[in-house]
Amino acid sequence: MIRIENITWHAPAFRMENVSINVPSGKYAVLMGKTGAGKTTLLEIICGLRRPQSGRVLLGDRDVTFDAPGVRGLGYVPQDGALFPTMTVRGQIGFALRMKQLPADEIHTRVQQLADETGIAHLLDRKPQGLSGGERQRVALARALAAKPSVLLLDEPLSFLDEDTQDGLISLLQRTQREHQITVLHVTHSKREAEALGEIRLLLEGGSVRDVSC
Amino acid sequence: MNKSFWIVLALICAAYLAFWGALVVTTATFTTPLEMWKVLVSREIQYSTVLSLITCTVSALLSVIIAVPIGYLMSRRRFPGHALVDAALDIPIVLPPMVVGICLLMFFQTKFGQGIESVVPVTYTVGAVVLAQVVIAAAFAIRTMRGVFDHLASRPEDVAMTLGCTRWQAVWHVTLPSARRGMFAAGSIAWARSLGEFGPVLVFAGATRMKTEVLPTSVFLAWSAGELQQGVAVSLLMIAISMIVLMAIRMTGERA
Repeated sequence: MIRIENITWHAPAFRMENVSINVPSGKYAVLMGKTGAGKTTLLEIICGLRRPQSGRVLLGDRDVTFDAPGVRGLGYVPQDGALFPTMTVRGQIGFALRMKQLPADEIHTRVQQLADETGIAHLLDRKPQGLSGGERQRVALARALAAKPSVLLLDEPLSFLDEDTQDGLISLLQRTQREHQITVLHVTHSKREAEALGEIRLLLEGGSVRDVSC
Repeated sequence: MNKSFWIVLALICAAYLAFWGALVVTTATFTTPLEMWKVLVSREIQYSTVLSLITCTVSALLSVIIAVPIGYLMSRRRFPGHALVDAALDIPIVLPPMVVGICLLMFFQTKFGQGIESVVPVTYTVGAVVLAQVVIAAAFAIRTMRGVFDHLASRPEDVAMTLGCTRWQAVWHVTLPSARRGMFAAGSIAWARSLGEFGPVLVFAGATRMKTEVLPTSVFLAWSAGELQQGVAVSLLMIAISMIVLMAIRMTGERA
């Protein structure tokens, strides 16, 4: 479950007041809104990359408002994938597991499993340079799933991709969410993505969120 | 049309390099191979060459160690007085080098400076050569590293933090490996700047033969004694050393 309660965020040219969202466990929610509406800021607050002026962030039953990003148990896929420039795909996927100091064979098995699942097994020894947009997003997704998070946050993951590649990734995201039984909050400004993926559709507008699922 | 554009740029580049080549060749005509050989085998010049190489390398390493955290801070964090700190970091670049030497000398005359001297003698020692080089070279390295971090996206570091890293770990595992070439560039600039440093070294470390004499000091001493050929020979030696070392650093950096 992802729950944010009365989040307030002020920046010099931007204001968000008392925003609340509730995404039940195992659901796929899509948060829509125009460019500059504050969608990415909201995701960063949930990730712990920004601290809100007031309000609470709860993941599951845990209040994580003041927790460091690394202990929140979530996976984050930014817009362009934000792959680590000097690491191979294998290194990227295994990164979270290495940080947890898991045994090498366990890391190897998990990396291979995720690479097969996301269709990038043939790319494991490649570095990010030269990967296509779709491949980069698949790597970013596999990397985010490696530590088995209960929550997945996606920040416009399909926005730079052509329609065919988008379709492939939409199927992958649906399958991933189903198989991992993960709670997803997917930010987009595309109605097409929202209709294809969102069990819950939310709209961020004028600094507040409303449910537009029906 | 497009071709003429590139031809004009190439001509400007060629003219600049040709002028530089002419300067070196003209300088070389003021000495002879025999004089060059005599300079190369003289104990004093061998000492100043080795001291230059060692002090420049130490200064370049220290400059990068200083430049990486400061460059990162200035690039990634806005804080009250940021612009003021930014300007202050450039002071060693705009100050006449001799003034930096005088400032160092004066600092070590204060009670605090004397306290340091009583534990580790600095003024007129090899330590003074390194310190005089670092004070200026670090400013150039900081400027370079700030530019490097400005061009590196911070998002991968954010992602690393969501994957279980602390900020320190994210910088260490993700940002610094990406900044490796930039660090080589900063080190090269600091090294080259240190090799040519003369004013602060002369004021703060002195020009004692076989003690604090680095290559620019050798040129100055030869010139002061009216030994034109020796001065020219040492100058050519400096050009050769700087070209070889900088090319080696660049090649290593490109492989990194």
